[in-house]
Amino acid sequence: MLRFILDRLWHTFLVLLAISFITFFIMYKAGDPVQLLLPPDATQAQVIQMRHTLGLDGSFFIQYKGFLLQLSHGHLGTSFLYGEPALTVVLERLPATLELAVLAMFFAILIGIPLGVSAAVHHGKWQEKIIMFFSLTGISIPVFWIAMVLVLLFSVTFNILPSSGRGTVYLFSSAFTWDGIRHLIMPVTTLTLFQLALIIRLTQSGMREVLSKEYIRFARARGLSPSRIIYTHGLRNTLIPLMTVIGLQFGQLIAFTIVTETIFAWPGTGKLIIDAIQNLDRPVVVAYLLIIALIFVAINFTVDLLYTFIDPRIRLR
Amino acid sequence: MKHLYAFTSRFFKSKRALFGGVLFLLFTVAALFAPLLTPQNPYDLTQIYLQNSFLPPGSSFWLGTDEMGRDIYSAILYGLRTSLYVGIASTLFSMLIGLGMGLVSGYFGGWIDRMIIRLADIQLSFPAILIALIIMALWGQGINKIIVAITIVSWVYYARTVRSVVLQEKEKEYIEAARALGMRHHHILFGELLPNVLSPVIVLATVRIAYAIILEATLSFLGVGVPMTKPSLGTLISNGYEVLFSGDWWVSIFPGIVLMLLIIAINLLGDRLREVLNPSGGF
Repeated sequence: MLRFILDRLWHTFLVLLAISFITFFIMYKAGDPVQLLLPPDATQAQVIQMRHTLGLDGSFFIQYKGFLLQLSHGHLGTSFLYGEPALTVVLERLPATLELAVLAMFFAILIGIPLGVSAAVHHGKWQEKIIMFFSLTGISIPVFWIAMVLVLLFSVTFNILPSSGRGTVYLFSSAFTWDGIRHLIMPVTTLTLFQLALIIRLTQSGMREVLSKEYIRFARARGLSPSRIIYTHGLRNTLIPLMTVIGLQFGQLIAFTIVTETIFAWPGTGKLIIDAIQNLDRPVVVAYLLIIALIFVAINFTVDLLYTFIDPRIRLR
Repeated sequence: MKHLYAFTSRFFKSKRALFGGVLFLLFTVAALFAPLLTPQNPYDLTQIYLQNSFLPPGSSFWLGTDEMGRDIYSAILYGLRTSLYVGIASTLFSMLIGLGMGLVSGYFGGWIDRMIIRLADIQLSFPAILIALIIMALWGQGINKIIVAITIVSWVYYARTVRSVVLQEKEKEYIEAARALGMRHHHILFGELLPNVLSPVIVLATVRIAYAIILEATLSFLGVGVPMTKPSLGTLISNGYEVLFSGDWWVSIFPGIVLMLLIIAINLLGDRLREVLNPSGGF
């Protein structure tokens, strides 16, 4: 177990290092942020001065070495655009993004698994047809399109939900105030639909496979109640492949918040990263990508740990 | 030929697949023959008139017009061309690269395998759309650029699938026999292994065409996809989004419905293909 954790940490460290190098290089090649930050009529002296304060006057390797030195002190550099530490800039906006992603995944799982199970159990009946039709439509609609239709219906036509912003935030989330919840409904629905459709599909196909196995027939022969067979024997064995995908999808959700946040003007990391890329704000882009990668790694790690709880036969190596 | 006929008739036994097939065919024909099927070339400035701007759906313009006075129906058919072209081209490229990488990585193993896996690992620790977004934002709009960007983020999925199949097949007797007979590497790779990885790859490719089209539409919606001069369905939707609040819903809703139906058609075909080609295979 300890060996497993240490191995993972080392591997993570290497991946993060590689990511920082690649991003650093791409952003270095992409252009000169000083041109974007200074007014067009800036003098040559101002340009040189600015380049020096931002630490952009060395060669690529000198700059990257400077970055690594800072990193060893826990700094990721100062944002060119905001003048604050890049890490702070990203972390300040992270709760708004995580709030959307977590709520969306929560509802997708809460509704998706029972619907998927129901579709598998009612194989060939109308329930299955309706659920699977909904699910097929769900995975076929682009996220931004769902968002637009929601805005058209609930903001433009009926004017009952706000189309932008986060509303009143209490503690770290909008979910604790009525105004906040009104702002949350549309972005969260947007993000939920695709995940929901996907989870239904996966649960259904997984359950169908499991329900045709010998041990399920055996359990039926023993006269166990259908709900016990479905939930204890069936679902438990469907959960493992399902959890891997849910883990991976959580990362996808964070990416889709970029689109959702743009449409609903949600003040999270999605809007931040678009601005940062356009302004060549290298420290923020690097910090954002490192944090996203860390979240990914943390999720995969949790999923691996959960495996051992659901199926005690699995040993971590 | 007989084989193909048997396969096709079995394939379209499913009503859902038939529906998907007809829909997809319809869209493909509409895209290919767009100039013949539309009343105007929506990007020829001599054919559009500003006084026609923002007309709601009606008898002269079935699906209405946009702010330039452009016929939405014509714009949709031309948009379909771009969307399908980007989707199919990027899928073909990523399939070829992924096949090559996966075959080499699974068959030879060693440092090549390790390098390809590391690369795939790094790439898979990010959502595809994020990488594509960064590439396009820094590189600028363009049809060829977006095909390259989608290829870069998609090849990994093929490589991973191909590699896992190759690792399984490699242990089987026919490969061992081929080696014992002194067959050359490229004969084993292309003659023996390739036919066996083809069916999972084809299933994957169908699903990925849908994904590539959505990805392109999303990037175009965010303004970093295809240029305004050659709009895709995503560009049209994005264009219409700006006027959604003033009530001109038809500019964005009709392209959106077509995009949705196109993806549904491809997904129906993909589902059926998976059923027919590998009945036991999971997701």
